[in-house]
Amino acid sequence: MSDNQLLKISGLRVEVPSPKGNSTILHDVGLTLNRGEVLGLIGESGAGKSTLGLAAAGFVKPGCAITGGSILFDGKELVGMDRTLLEKLRGVRVAYVAQSASASFNPSFQLGAQCAETALQHHLMSGNEADARVQELFAEMMLPNPEQIVFRYPHQVSGGQLQRAMTAMAMVCRPDLIIFDEPTTALDVTTQVGVLASIRSIVEHYGTAAIYVTHDLAVVAQMADRIMVMKNGRMVEQATTREMLSNPKEEYTKSLWSIRNFKTDERSRDAEALVMQIKGINAAYGSHAVLNDINFDVPKARTVAIVGESGSGKSTLARVITGLHPPVSGSIKFEDKPLAGHVSKRSRYELESVQIIHQYPDKALNPRQRIGDIIARPLRLYFGLKGEELRGRVRQILQTLELDPDQMYNRLPHELSGGQKQRVCIGRALAAKPKVIICDEVTSALDQVVAEGILKTLVRIQQEFGVSYVVITHDIGLVQAIADEVVVLKSGNIIEAGSKSQVLSPPFAEYTQLLLASTPEMDPDWLTNLLHARAGEKLANESL
Amino acid sequence: MPLETVLAVIGAALIFAIVITALFAPWIAPYGENASVGGAYEPWSAVHVFGTDSIGRDILSRMIYGGRNTIGLAFAATCLAFFIGSALGTAAAVLGGWVDLVLGRLNDLLMAIPQLIFALLILTVVGSSAYTLIAVIGVLESTRVFRLARSLSVSIVHQDFVEVAKLRGESLGWIVFREVVPVSFPNLLAEFGLRFSFTILFVSSLSFLGLGLQPPTADWGALVRENASLIAFGDVTPLLPAGAIALLTVAVNLVVDWYLAKIRRRSAL
Repeated sequence: MSDNQLLKISGLRVEVPSPKGNSTILHDVGLTLNRGEVLGLIGESGAGKSTLGLAAAGFVKPGCAITGGSILFDGKELVGMDRTLLEKLRGVRVAYVAQSASASFNPSFQLGAQCAETALQHHLMSGNEADARVQELFAEMMLPNPEQIVFRYPHQVSGGQLQRAMTAMAMVCRPDLIIFDEPTTALDVTTQVGVLASIRSIVEHYGTAAIYVTHDLAVVAQMADRIMVMKNGRMVEQATTREMLSNPKEEYTKSLWSIRNFKTDERSRDAEALVMQIKGINAAYGSHAVLNDINFDVPKARTVAIVGESGSGKSTLARVITGLHPPVSGSIKFEDKPLAGHVSKRSRYELESVQIIHQYPDKALNPRQRIGDIIARPLRLYFGLKGEELRGRVRQILQTLELDPDQMYNRLPHELSGGQKQRVCIGRALAAKPKVIICDEVTSALDQVVAEGILKTLVRIQQEFGVSYVVITHDIGLVQAIADEVVVLKSGNIIEAGSKSQVLSPPFAEYTQLLLASTPEMDPDWLTNLLHARAGEKLANESL
Repeated sequence: MPLETVLAVIGAALIFAIVITALFAPWIAPYGENASVGGAYEPWSAVHVFGTDSIGRDILSRMIYGGRNTIGLAFAATCLAFFIGSALGTAAAVLGGWVDLVLGRLNDLLMAIPQLIFALLILTVVGSSAYTLIAVIGVLESTRVFRLARSLSVSIVHQDFVEVAKLRGESLGWIVFREVVPVSFPNLLAEFGLRFSFTILFVSSLSFLGLGLQPPTADWGALVRENASLIAFGDVTPLLPAGAIALLTVAVNLVVDWYLAKIRRRSAL
C-alpha cells in the first residue's frame, strides 16, 4: 500500500441475514481513496451507496452484516476489529455527516456543546480548547456570528445553518476521512449553493479525504474529484469527474446522464378554454398570513407549474384548491362556476374533477388495502361500477400506467417499489376521471431515473385524456421539463407568472434569476464560476 | 428458531392448556366445584392431589373451576374495555375539535382516580356479581385502551391516504372502519393481550379483597384468600392459585412480545 493511500476496500460483501436466505446489499465491491481525495458515490436508492459509505467507518446498519472482504483504513483492517478500537477511530479519524441535520442534533443541547462533544469524549482537548475550535470552525463554515450561534439550540437556526454546524462537528477532531451522506438533499437550491461552497472549501483547506454520497449528479460534479457509479449493490464504473461527465462508458451511466435532457415543448392556451380560475386568494393559519392575493388560471389540458422554495406557501395553495384549507378571501372558479371553500360543501362532480397526487406515495396509500381495491374505490363510489366491469376497468387503468394487472391486482403497497406506488397513486386519481390533477412534488421522493418515467407517464396521460395539471415543485428542472405556464411564488406572493418561455428566459425577475442560477448544472466548474460571479457582483456593489 | 419464537410457542401451548382445562372443567375436575368430599385441611394425597380446604372441598377441582371463572370474567371485561376504548378513541381522533377535547378530559378524570379504590367503592355500593364486575372492570380498563387507540389513530388520521379519502367524499364510517382501524388493528391486538393480563390481576385482586365473585363460587384470587392461613403452617397450597395467575400472565406476555416484534419488523420494511 502506498503511503498516500488512506482507504482500500476490497471484495466487500454486506448481507441481511434472514432464515429465508440472506439478501445481499453489496456484492464484492471495492474502492480506493487517497489522502485528500473526494470520491462521489452515485446511484439510485437501494444501490448500496450509503451502505458502502458507512462501511468505510467499519459500520453497518443494525440488521446487516459484513460477510466478506476487507476494509483497510490507513493500513488497519476494520473488518473484525475490536469494538472499543473502532469506537476510538470513529469521530476522531473518520466522521459522518447525515442527510437530515435536524434529526441528527439533540434538540435539548446547544449547538456548540454538541459539536465539542466528540473531542471531549475522546479526551483530545480541554473544554476551552474545544469551544474555541468549534467557534473557529463555525466561522470557517461561514455561519453568521459564530460566537453567538454556539449558544443556540437546533430549532433556533435554519436548516442550512444546521447542516453547516453538522459539518463543523465532523471536523472538530480533524479527521482523515469524512463521509457525507446526501448532506444537501433536504435543502432548498438557494441554500444548497452556500452549504456546498463551505463544505468544499473546508475539505480543501484541511486536505480531508471525503466520500460524498448523493443521487444528484449535478451536485456530485461540483464536489468530487472522482465518481463511482453504483447499481444494485455493484459498481458500474468509476473515473475522474471530468472524464465521467464527458465520456461515460456504461449504458446505465449514459442513461443517468441523459435524464436532464427530457423536455416537452411549450404549448400555448387553446383560446379561452379555462378549467379553473383562481382569483385573489388569501389564506392564513390563525393570524399568520400564508398566501397573499394569488391569481392564476388553469387552461384545459395544459400544465401550470407553481414553483417556490419551502415556506413559499405552495403546499398551502394545493390545500386551498382541494378544499382542505378554506381561504380567508378570494374565489376559485371551476368550469365557470364558483367552487365551495370547504371540501365537505363541494358536489360529487366537483370532488371527482379535482384530484391530488402527493409527494410520498408511501403515505398516500393505505398499507392494508390491496392495489386493485385502491384503484377500484373511486370507480365504485363515483360511477357505481361492480363485478366484472369494475375489475376490467381497474385492469385497464393499471395497463395505462405500465403496471402488470396480473401481478399487481392483489398486492399490498409495501410489496411495490417507490415508482410503482406513485403510479398507483396516479391510477387512483385517474379513476375518478378528473379535469384537474394537483401534483404536489410528485417526483421529489423518487430517484431521477424513476422520476423521469413518472413524468413521461404524466405527459402521455395528459395527451390521452386532456387533463390539466397544477404541478407544485421546488425543482426548476422539473418546470423546464413539463410546464406550459409557470407561477413563481415567494413568501406567499406571486413574483412572476406567465408562459414557460416568458418566465424562464431573459429578462428575469430577480428571484427567478436567483432560483435558476442556484440550480446545479452538470458542469464541474459551475459552482466555482457561480461563486466567482457572485463575489464579483458583491465587490462591484461595494465599490459603488 | 429464534429464542423469541420458541418462548412464544411455549407461551401459546400454556395458554392453550389452561384455556382447555378451564373450558372443560366439569369433565376434567375430579370433584364438583362446591362438593364437600373429604375432611377439613387434608394434606396432599393421591385422592386429593392438592388436599382439601377448611370445609373439605377438593382444592385441585376448585382451581380448575376457578380458572374458568377468572379467565371468563377477565376475557369478557377486556372485550368490553376494547369495544368502548377503541370506538371512542378512534372517533375522538378522526373527529378532533371539541369531541376530542371532551372525551379526552373525561377519560383523564376516570384515570385520575386510583382504579382499585374506585372499583371497591362502586362494588360496595351496587353489590358484586359477575355482570357488575365485568361492567366496572371493563369501563375502568377502557380508559387505557382509549388513550392507545386515540394516539394510534391521530398519527394515522394525518396521513395522506386519509386526506385522499376525505377529498374523495367518503363518510365518517368508511374513514374509521376502512381506513383507520385496519391500520391500528395489529397494535390494538397486542394491547389486548397485555390488557387481558392486567385484567386477570385486577379480577384476582378484587376477589382476594372479597369483592370479586362471591362464595361459594371459586376463582383464583378468592382461593388464595380462603387458604391463606395455611401459609403459617408451612403449607404451600395457597401459592398454587397465585402461581396459576402468574403462569397465565407470563404466557400471555410471551406471545404478545413475539407478536409485537413481528409487527415492528413488518412496519420497518
